[in-house]
Amino acid sequence: MTLQLRIDDSWFTACDLSALTPGRGVAALLPDGRQAALFTDRRGRAYAIDNRDPFSGAQVLSRGLIGSENGRPFVASPLLKQRFDLETGHCLDDEAVTVRTFAVRVGVA
Amino acid sequence: MSTPPTIVVVGHGMVGQRFLEALADRGVTAKARIVVLCEEPRPAYDRVQLTSYFSGRTPDDLALGEPGFMEQHGIELYLDDPATAVDREARTVTARSGRSFSYDTLVLATGSYPFVPPVPGKDAEGCFVYRTIEDLLAIEAYAKTARTGAVVGGGLLGLEAAGALSGLGLATHVVEFAPRLMPVQVDEGGGAALLRTIEGMGLTVHTGVGTQAVTTDDAGAVNGMSLSDGSTLDTDMVVFSAGVRPRDQLARDCGLSVGERGGIAVDEQCRTSDPVVFAIGECAMAVDGRVYGLVAPGYEMAETAAETITGTLAEAFPGTAETAKRAFTGADMSTKLKLLGVDVASFGDAHGHAEGCLDVTYSDSRSGVYKKLVVSPDGALLGGVLVGDADAYAMLRPLTGSVPPVAPEQLIAPAGSGQVTLGPSALPDDAVVCNCHNVTKAQVTACSTMPEVKKCTKAGTGCGSCVKLIGQLLPQTGDKGLCGCFPHTRAELYEIVRTLRITSYAELLDAHGREPARGGDGCEICKPTVGSILASLSSGYILDGEQAALQDTNDHFLANMQRNGSYSIVPRIPGGEVTPEKLIVIGEVARDFGLYTKITGGQRIDLFGARVDQLPLIWTRLVDAGFESGHAYGKALRTVKSCVGQTWCRYGVQDSVRMAIDLELRYRGLRAPHKLKSAVSGCARECAEAQSKDFGVIATANGWNLYVGGNGGATPRHADLLAQDLSDAELVRLIDRFLMFYIRTADRLERTSTWLERLEGGLDHLRDVVVHDSLGICDQLEALMAAHVSGYRDEWAETINDPERLSRFVSFVNAPDAPDPSVRFVPERDQMKPDLTVLTLEGTRAG
Repeated sequence: MTLQLRIDDSWFTACDLSALTPGRGVAALLPDGRQAALFTDRRGRAYAIDNRDPFSGAQVLSRGLIGSENGRPFVASPLLKQRFDLETGHCLDDEAVTVRTFAVRVGVA
Repeated sequence: MSTPPTIVVVGHGMVGQRFLEALADRGVTAKARIVVLCEEPRPAYDRVQLTSYFSGRTPDDLALGEPGFMEQHGIELYLDDPATAVDREARTVTARSGRSFSYDTLVLATGSYPFVPPVPGKDAEGCFVYRTIEDLLAIEAYAKTARTGAVVGGGLLGLEAAGALSGLGLATHVVEFAPRLMPVQVDEGGGAALLRTIEGMGLTVHTGVGTQAVTTDDAGAVNGMSLSDGSTLDTDMVVFSAGVRPRDQLARDCGLSVGERGGIAVDEQCRTSDPVVFAIGECAMAVDGRVYGLVAPGYEMAETAAETITGTLAEAFPGTAETAKRAFTGADMSTKLKLLGVDVASFGDAHGHAEGCLDVTYSDSRSGVYKKLVVSPDGALLGGVLVGDADAYAMLRPLTGSVPPVAPEQLIAPAGSGQVTLGPSALPDDAVVCNCHNVTKAQVTACSTMPEVKKCTKAGTGCGSCVKLIGQLLPQTGDKGLCGCFPHTRAELYEIVRTLRITSYAELLDAHGREPARGGDGCEICKPTVGSILASLSSGYILDGEQAALQDTNDHFLANMQRNGSYSIVPRIPGGEVTPEKLIVIGEVARDFGLYTKITGGQRIDLFGARVDQLPLIWTRLVDAGFESGHAYGKALRTVKSCVGQTWCRYGVQDSVRMAIDLELRYRGLRAPHKLKSAVSGCARECAEAQSKDFGVIATANGWNLYVGGNGGATPRHADLLAQDLSDAELVRLIDRFLMFYIRTADRLERTSTWLERLEGGLDHLRDVVVHDSLGICDQLEALMAAHVSGYRDEWAETINDPERLSRFVSFVNAPDAPDPSVRFVPERDQMKPDLTVLTLEGTRAG
């Protein structure tokens, strides 16, 4: 079982699903040199957003803590703690800021 | 469609700005062209709070209106360009720059100018007025070379000016022509109380004397004043603050009616003698023949004029909603302010002018408190004066005109002698709570939060005297919960985890979390908090199992994340004692991995700039050389700093280094609500600065003194002496109890200093609990610490010896050997620093 990200029109295999600990993230290097932050929550749902924290510019969102508010999953940046919705990429603490999100699916290696 | 109508506003002060906001609220800004001419070089600011410039508020802090208000509503504002002429025939206004504007409606909001008595020398160098930010800047600059200052005028503004001069370090005099200070607002008794308090602050007050001349030196600069009683006064500067006069010259020049003593005459709709010209604020004379120098009546006039103009436009431009008629017939002169730190308030019929009225007075010269209430024969409250203690103002003013529910003397008696403090529930719904914006209790209670009240009603945004009362009128939330997931405090969660022997976060959240949070993923606040509680109570390896997902990134990677996503590393150096061999290893590791090195404040060495994938390689070298984790990344014990102590120092009375090492090794790895710092000094000279630590130890000839609750940083606090002359064993036992009691009862991110301040009963209670065991829990506290000490393992040694644990230390899950290309460095002072330029690029690419 692998975790795949939709990039342009194709599915990119990022890692084995077992590499993810529920509640924590990992970073994946994408073919174009960008970075994605991958997460799974308690129920095993997977999410992928850009790894770059737009407030600091550092590639660190994969190292933030995830949580949920009113049923919506988010990650809090480990640097200055701004929260980002894992499904829409919207920053919950500054509505002018959004990070890129990726569609994800579970593939069979 | 015809061209939109043009409204020209002359003057952009507080009332002018309020008028623009009132137009915007009514949608007029979208339908009309609005032009504003402002004499000052900056847009409207809060003149009422002008003096707060001297206590650190910047001119920007004083700015009024939402940022972008002018642009958003398409209002044309011309700064530094006062109107110089009005041609009512042609309906044009000309400004100093030569700009000229045609108007359909003209609004004069020119305010007032300071009255300067016509005495010789009034224009000399060193004479000032107190009205604009520019005036304050000039006073501040001149005061730098002055030693003495005199203020002409002992009214409201005069005392503010005197406070400012005194605050600038000048010996300050106040010269007031009337027989008492603040003659307009307070009566004789109030003036006397005020005088005593102000003289007690070192100011010199001269009442009942006029200024006859300002004298100057040969260079033409102020050097003194001569007064009407024949005396003279040496002073380096003079500030005139003897009242204001309406600025009505523009109106006079174009033939509008003005009052006998000045002020542009207006009707109840604020219309001047020309029906398309309005006047509002301090330049206008209301129908009652008075010129109001306070901001609240000015705001009321701004609203009235805006309402009237909106109605007129509606007739000319169908489609705009017809509005109710509004009238300004006069206002009350209630005020509450803090002058030189003294509360002064007056409201309603403060001087008792009403026929047959009676007064109730309370006066205490010792504490400078004077209170007087004026009541009618049937018991209705008519007004009052409060000096020295004006807390009752917010409640009394809205009650004016009604019969209070208790006897008047009970409303002003001092606390503890039968004073009845009326709760806000005693106010009727139509009582005006905010006088500046004319907001009633009912309007406030329709909102549920303070920001909502300020946004919807503007209440509390004027003088601010009603903010406390508004807070009491709003529903009390009282939710002390840690976060959106838990209704408990950290201390309560600690007890739940301890007594129910809970071992996982999910178990705690699903059974004890708030209903909507159960079954969810928690949040970034409660997860590390619960992680810390679980770690404090178990002392196992914190990166295993579910606990791994609870830790902040620093705890997760056992290092401190820095601004570019790289990490810093702090090996433990107990007591600050380190061998040359170990120093060499640190130097070699830093050199080989290209790390930036810096000595910390806690007697250790910080190595910066490691990528996440380098951490295990670096720590393998460090662990081999005998180092272990310094827990600089954790809410845990950091260092126990020490001086060199008796072994070397000729003053030392105990071996402070040995004690520091013993304590650091005992408490290393202990997870707490916040970081913990400690120090041991070998004698009373206190070179280790132990009194600024969470727990500090100072050697005595007979043993050790233990201090607790100290802090450095942003809110320094000297530690309190908990116990004296302790033996080694007594000291350790007491620290064990202290730390565990703190861990058990403190809030999240609460240092021992704030915890001790908050603890009911303070230091005495703490001493009862940990020294005298008043709660009978000391055995338990000691047992918990013993379990921590015996269960301690070095987290880094355990990590590098376990392939599974090591697997997380990669930059990329799909490219374990690739370094993160966004972590780069550039040279600085023979070392390196983060290259932040690569971070500013959207989507850093490898390359």
